[in-house]
Amino acid sequence: MWPAVLIGSLGAYLLKLAGFLVPPRVLDRPAVRVTAGFLPVALLAALVVVQTFADRQALAIDARLAGLAAAVIALLLRAPFLVVVLIAAITAALVRAMGVAS
Amino acid sequence: MSNSDPAELPSGMSPARARSIRANALGIGVATGAYGISFGAISVASGMSAWQTQTLSLVMFTGASQFALVGVLGAGGGAVAAVVTAWLLGARNGLYALHMAPILRARGWRRLVAAQWTIDESTGMGISHEDEPTASRYAFFATGLSVYVLWNLGTLLGALGASSLDDPARFGLDAAIPAGFIALLWPRLRDRSSWAVAAAAAVVALALTPVTRPGVPVLASALVAFGAGWLLKGRR
Repeated sequence: MWPAVLIGSLGAYLLKLAGFLVPPRVLDRPAVRVTAGFLPVALLAALVVVQTFADRQALAIDARLAGLAAAVIALLLRAPFLVVVLIAAITAALVRAMGVAS
Repeated sequence: MSNSDPAELPSGMSPARARSIRANALGIGVATGAYGISFGAISVASGMSAWQTQTLSLVMFTGASQFALVGVLGAGGGAVAAVVTAWLLGARNGLYALHMAPILRARGWRRLVAAQWTIDESTGMGISHEDEPTASRYAFFATGLSVYVLWNLGTLLGALGASSLDDPARFGLDAAIPAGFIALLWPRLRDRSSWAVAAAAAVVALALTPVTRPGVPVLASALVAFGAGWLLKGRR
């Protein structure tokens, strides 16, 4: 996993540095700005569903879905990040302990 | 603070404003530090070592990309898919840098530090003080420093804590991963077009999951962002 960690980290830093080195007019276009705003939305939404429903290449409904539902309720109640994550973990652990889902 | 510190108190800004900026920067740092704890724990639960986890927080230093990299690797995705997903998520930092560069006017080693600290939180604080360039610079660097230190401290605590657990799934840590992603997504769902992009990306990723290698469905969802950006470029 070290190559992914190191190459990923270096690339992420160079993306930041590029913004300081590249002349603004090269990247400062409406299409680039709108796309850059949508990229995290699309990737994070995809990560949410994949991490909730995918078990490698199979789709599964298990305790992770209960955890996600609890996280959404916590977000609606404006809970901070760590609380959201903790509530999801505790909910999934409880659902498993009660034998409701795997 | 020493004279060479980029967060030194600049002349021409009122001490009250500097104090309020420092307090806000610390508050943001504490909040991100708390979520650094969850990153450290989730990363170790996904199979990364404590050293790899800490390297990500020290060098990559952009939360969503770090979560994505360990999430894709942990789900059995390839290294290339994990790295490209992390880069696509980190691309927005380059645009933040583009916006902040003329305000920060950082040169030499300060530019290297400024680049590393160009993230959501520091840019947000910098932009909120844009009426006064010295205050904007001060807010950017104070927030960058505070978040960098506390995010890394949180990562260390979380990684060490999770290393002491024997079976992370029993503690529901696998469910903490999608919860972390939805908490990062939540504040970005500001309007109908972002909801539409999120829904379309989710459908694409789910549809591709049974027929492609792990990691590919998430990468493919980026096409939704490119398509939506191309469609809406003239309307924002």
